[in-house]
Amino acid sequence: MSTQTLTIGKALNLGLRRVMEDDAKVMLMGEDIGRLGGVFRITDGLQKDFGEDRVVDTPLAEAGILGTAVGLAMRGYRPVCEIQFDGFVFPAYNQIVTQVAKIHARSRGKLAMPIVIRIPFGGGIGAVEHHSESPEAYFGHTPGLKVVAVSNPVDAYWGIQQAIAHPDPIVFLEPKRRYWDKAEVDTAATPDPLFASRVVRGGDDVTVLAYGPMVKTVLQAAEAAAEEGRSLEVVDLRTLSPLDLDPVVESVRRTGRCVMVHEAPVTLGLGAEIAARITEECFHSLEAPVLRVGGYDTPYPPSKLEEEYLPDLDRVLDAVDRSLEY
Amino acid sequence: MSVSSATEVVDPVPGAGAPHLPRQPDLVQLLTPEGERVEHPDYAIDLDDQQLRELYRDLVLVRRWDVEATALQRQGELGIWASLLGQEAAQVGAGRALQPGDTAFPTYREHGVAWTRGVDPLHVISLFRGVDNGGWDPVATGFNLYTVVIGAQCLHATGYAMGVQRDGSETAVLAFLGDGATSQGEVNEAMIWAASFSAPVVFFCQNNQYAISVPLERQSRVPLYQRAAGFGFPGVRVDGNDVLAVLAVTRAALVAARDGQGPTFIEAFTYRMGAHTTSDDPTRYRLASELEEWKLRDPIARVKAYLSRSGTADQDFFDAVEAEADELAVRIRRGTTEMPDPPGTAMFDQVYAEQTPHLAAQQAQFEAYQASFGEASE
Ligand SMILES: Cc1ncc(C[n+]2csc(CCOP(=O)(O)OP(=O)(O)O)c2C)c(N)n1
Ligand SMILES: [Mg+2]
Repeated sequence: MSTQTLTIGKALNLGLRRVMEDDAKVMLMGEDIGRLGGVFRITDGLQKDFGEDRVVDTPLAEAGILGTAVGLAMRGYRPVCEIQFDGFVFPAYNQIVTQVAKIHARSRGKLAMPIVIRIPFGGGIGAVEHHSESPEAYFGHTPGLKVVAVSNPVDAYWGIQQAIAHPDPIVFLEPKRRYWDKAEVDTAATPDPLFASRVVRGGDDVTVLAYGPMVKTVLQAAEAAAEEGRSLEVVDLRTLSPLDLDPVVESVRRTGRCVMVHEAPVTLGLGAEIAARITEECFHSLEAPVLRVGGYDTPYPPSKLEEEYLPDLDRVLDAVDRSLEY
Repeated sequence: MSVSSATEVVDPVPGAGAPHLPRQPDLVQLLTPEGERVEHPDYAIDLDDQQLRELYRDLVLVRRWDVEATALQRQGELGIWASLLGQEAAQVGAGRALQPGDTAFPTYREHGVAWTRGVDPLHVISLFRGVDNGGWDPVATGFNLYTVVIGAQCLHATGYAMGVQRDGSETAVLAFLGDGATSQGEVNEAMIWAASFSAPVVFFCQNNQYAISVPLERQSRVPLYQRAAGFGFPGVRVDGNDVLAVLAVTRAALVAARDGQGPTFIEAFTYRMGAHTTSDDPTRYRLASELEEWKLRDPIARVKAYLSRSGTADQDFFDAVEAEADELAVRIRRGTTEMPDPPGTAMFDQVYAEQTPHLAAQQAQFEAYQASFGEASE
């Protein structure tokens, strides 16, 4: 039987295991990923089976993780770096932005950087500061990097394998609060391409876009909207850089309305880029401005306030209502 | 992975048995695990009976606070708790070495230092409950806010010390860090800056043997205190479970800093007796026997043994401290369960010193949106 019920976390674990079996050059690096199996257990059991040379518990230094990954990549390895939490990627930011992202161009293609940077991202787990951030815009803004975000076990299972096999550096965002969400995964299926968005629910009234943890929220909103006779089309963007907007443009030309949802603060977030692109591509079809639902322009708040900070079903529906009012 | 000969296996603390630990050639100790007072050629301490009893009281109260907080987390009252269990002496000793005008830069585990600075435990609890990012006043207490990003505070402490230096002030700065943190680039930069400018900062590293699951061996091939030599300032290793030795060593380093002699690196050799945080499961990466060995070096038991044996304290005193600890636990429990949630608008407060029109407008929208639910339900 090639179909099994997997959580996102377990799907990632299995996906990693599969690439490690297939490609001896794949190495995992990160803090506490070996013996402990990672704080979210995504790499559970992998050090035991693949050894300490391939699953490396690193010193506590993110710049070191990414900087040495660059050298390992130059030497023909495929490093998969785990950043323990979104808020701790910044010590590595210099290496990611000035080196990982630019080496292919700098070397005129003589050096490839097939590095995957896995980051559990987003809020909703009741954590202290720096454990709930959505840093995707920083990376999406950086030429030379690709950025993907998974929202479900199927994409987690295939996406991590596709990302590792890909020749360019990829920031691979994992929705940490959804790690325990389950779905059926057919491990013999042919996966969708990595850099493609996907319509996950058809509808006619408003196109709602999301990625990562917000896909579930938006699907729930679409369910609730349907009960009130409103038909939302939901698109899981899946790839944030490059964007795959063809399905989105097709959808918005039909509905005339678009709402973009992400956890990250709205200002200069991915929604800003989406709004600009939709306006360019769908100007004559739009019945309403592209509306954005996101985190407020404040630091991610202490956990007692995160429910108020994070977009939820009501805020999505509120934006849908506002869009329909135009 | 092979280790250098510097990590030859020898019992560091006579009688306590810890064959997995590296040899500890230089470990300042003034009170043995058995509670014997011993002398050290470089570090003396002269405390009166009252002061000794107060240190014991600090240790007991800090541990009780910690145990209570762990229990509160288990009962769902806190999101998470980072226990200091086992590190009480390191923290109380370091904290009590500070003068009132000095400033400390903690990590997220320095509850014992917070205590010595007069920070209300509930202000620390509120951070772990998710109410705020620490409710205390860092300026008034001389105790900075907790810093969760590993190592970042070491640079802040160094810069602060450079300011102290420029002010011609006779105060010192104490930067806290863990063994894992020593691998961070920023921590190494801090030590370079401190050395370069001879800043009055003391780096106080609690080597509790682990960075979550990763043992010290992954961060360093040499004992941590020896790193200081490479930066050009003294490094000293102290028995972190010996409050007297920690106090003496930290005092001396702070005096040197105030005196214009620049930084010192202190490695307080200790053990994290609990999990990394309440989210962690240490059985996945270390043996229970290790903890048993370290229990023999408990930082509180040895002080109690010394106080009773030397006649410095009697049973009435110990009972009184116990009663005070019980009261503290009750106060912490009640204060936690009764702690109000912050208003939603709190997240918009103080983002900037000068509020932006954009954020003010966003806050107004937020308030209107929240209010709309009230209307709908009426
Ligand atoms: C920059 C950064 N990376 C990772 C983390 C996650 N993290 C929190 S505590 C910790 C281990 C810290 O070990 P150590 O410095 O020895 O301090 P201890 O917790 O033992 O007191 C890690 C990796 C973090 N907080 N900051
Ligand atoms: Mg440690």
